[in-house]
Amino acid sequence: MTLATDAATVAPGTRPGRRPVVPLALAGLLTLALVVASLFVGVYDLRADGGGDMFLITRVPRTLALVLAGSAMAVSGLVLQQLTQNRFVEPTTSGTSEWAALGLLLSVILLPSAGIATRMVIASLAAFAGTMVFMAVLRRVQVRSTLVVPVVGIMLGAVVSSLTTLLAISTNYLQLLGTWFMGSFTGVVRGQYEVLWVVAAVCAATFVLADRLTVAGLGRDVATNLGLGYDRLVLLGTALVAVASGVTTVVVGFLPFLGLVVPNVVALLRGDDLRSNLPWVCLGGVALVTACDLVGRTVRMPFEVPVAMVLGLVGAAAFVALVLRVQRRG
Amino acid sequence: MITLDGVAKTYGDVHALGPVDLEIPTGGVTALVGPNGAGKSTMLTIVGRLLGADAGRVTVGGLDVVTARPRELAKRLAILRQENHFVARLTVRQLVQLGRFPHSQGRITRDDEAAVDTALGFLDLVDLQHRFLDELSGGQRQRAYVAMVLAQDTEYVLLDEPLNNLDMQHAVSMMARLRRAADELGKTVVLVVHDINFASAYADQVVAMTEGRVRYVGTPREVMTDAVLSDVFATPVTVVEGPGYPLAVYYRA
Ligand SMILES: Nc1ncnc2c1ncn2[C@@H]1O[C@H](COP(=O)(O)OP(=O)(O)O)[C@@H](O)[C@H]1O
Ligand SMILES: [Mg+2]
Repeated sequence: MTLATDAATVAPGTRPGRRPVVPLALAGLLTLALVVASLFVGVYDLRADGGGDMFLITRVPRTLALVLAGSAMAVSGLVLQQLTQNRFVEPTTSGTSEWAALGLLLSVILLPSAGIATRMVIASLAAFAGTMVFMAVLRRVQVRSTLVVPVVGIMLGAVVSSLTTLLAISTNYLQLLGTWFMGSFTGVVRGQYEVLWVVAAVCAATFVLADRLTVAGLGRDVATNLGLGYDRLVLLGTALVAVASGVTTVVVGFLPFLGLVVPNVVALLRGDDLRSNLPWVCLGGVALVTACDLVGRTVRMPFEVPVAMVLGLVGAAAFVALVLRVQRRG
Repeated sequence: MITLDGVAKTYGDVHALGPVDLEIPTGGVTALVGPNGAGKSTMLTIVGRLLGADAGRVTVGGLDVVTARPRELAKRLAILRQENHFVARLTVRQLVQLGRFPHSQGRITRDDEAAVDTALGFLDLVDLQHRFLDELSGGQRQRAYVAMVLAQDTEYVLLDEPLNNLDMQHAVSMMARLRRAADELGKTVVLVVHDINFASAYADQVVAMTEGRVRYVGTPREVMTDAVLSDVFATPVTVVEGPGYPLAVYYRA
């Protein structure tokens, strides 16, 4: 009896916990195809004079930026979800990105001649401070029902972006905000995107911390029982997310819902074992952001629709679907 | 040995525990009993270093639970809380593997796998090991949590109402297995039990609490008397001789 039901629920080869190499390789190939498409899609005809230069100055940087930012934001969502034990949290629903934008604006106002690296540091610091505020508020909120948590984050984010807007109006920087809030890869060219390599380090660090993050996902008590320094891990995880969000905000702007959609779809299909999920989350982030960017580039050629707009549409739909699903499961 | 020395805890203005002085000897099964709100969970979570005491000191196997290195402590002492709600979508086996974290830091070795298999077998979970936790019944999930704690393979095991949600068969086999863990593996098991008769049947020592105080400590035979139980549970209890151990009857005055 037991054996029969077991065989029915667990088909051979799909045993959770096994590392399925073939599906991962297929997903990798699909992502690679999208990335290659991104290199060759655009208004400029690469066969024309100077095509090679054009390729190196805009297409390659743009595509690398897609890969780096896409994987970093998806991984950031995953890390935040583990640390808050909540599926709906990601950098744009925790206020992290909004704080990064505030930091960026402050750096523009106070240090007008600073380079991109300085801005990135300031944005990351602001993102870190903001995320810690979010975590501290969460610790005090008694009702930690699934939906209260992102509502708290979105509220905090809204307050911060109002502040940023107010500051921008009074300093005549309002037009800059539009481009930050509407993440886009249009302006990513050689000399502009290189700082994004920092987020590759964030992804690598997440791989190193994978098991600890899985444990943290079971909450403070289980983590403490297993000898994990929970508070230190929260600090470290928050710092990683802050750097990823800070850098991404400086270079491309907000990428809403990326960190929400990708980890959730992966978890739905594969469960919550972080170590085996991480490659999937990275690939998923790259694939989704690249696909959305391709859509944004081609749908109204020769004009471009910012990737954030496409992501927003896809993400909002996914968010609603997720809420409905969680409600159904109770 | 576990020692509590002047341990006290207040939540806001609710006095929950103490001051308590108590020694729990190494080896064997100790049952904490008492009515709801007596402070059993509070005491157990303080011993298990999940909750800070307002006053006093707790040592487990000579280590002060507040100052000991977390990783060292996690190899000596494991605790399962009364309520566990994880949102994580893990399989039973993945959860139990996490119990090996203090030893493996995530890099599961062959020894770890063996410990996981033993724990799964111990709790009758081999057939369920690849199921997701959120697809199990409450009792099956409870067994998975206990398996995780046992896989941690610590000398001291603290369990807060491990019989929660278990049917008769699984409650009996859980107690029998914890008894075996104490007898054969030399573990020190401290557990909160709701049903005093389970304490009588399986424990070496019973600690009875009311209103944040330890009121009686003794063998089941010493604690299982009409006077003591009626006092502790504030309800008339008659103790009768059972099949080798005393039984409390209290269903109808
Ligand atoms: N988190 C908490 N906040 C406030 N009061 C609490 C909390 N936890 C327990 N208490 C109170 O402390 C007392 C002891 O609780 P507890 O240790 O859970 O008892 P038991 O496990 O014996 O039923 C009770 O009066 C309970 O209401
Ligand atoms: Mg209790």
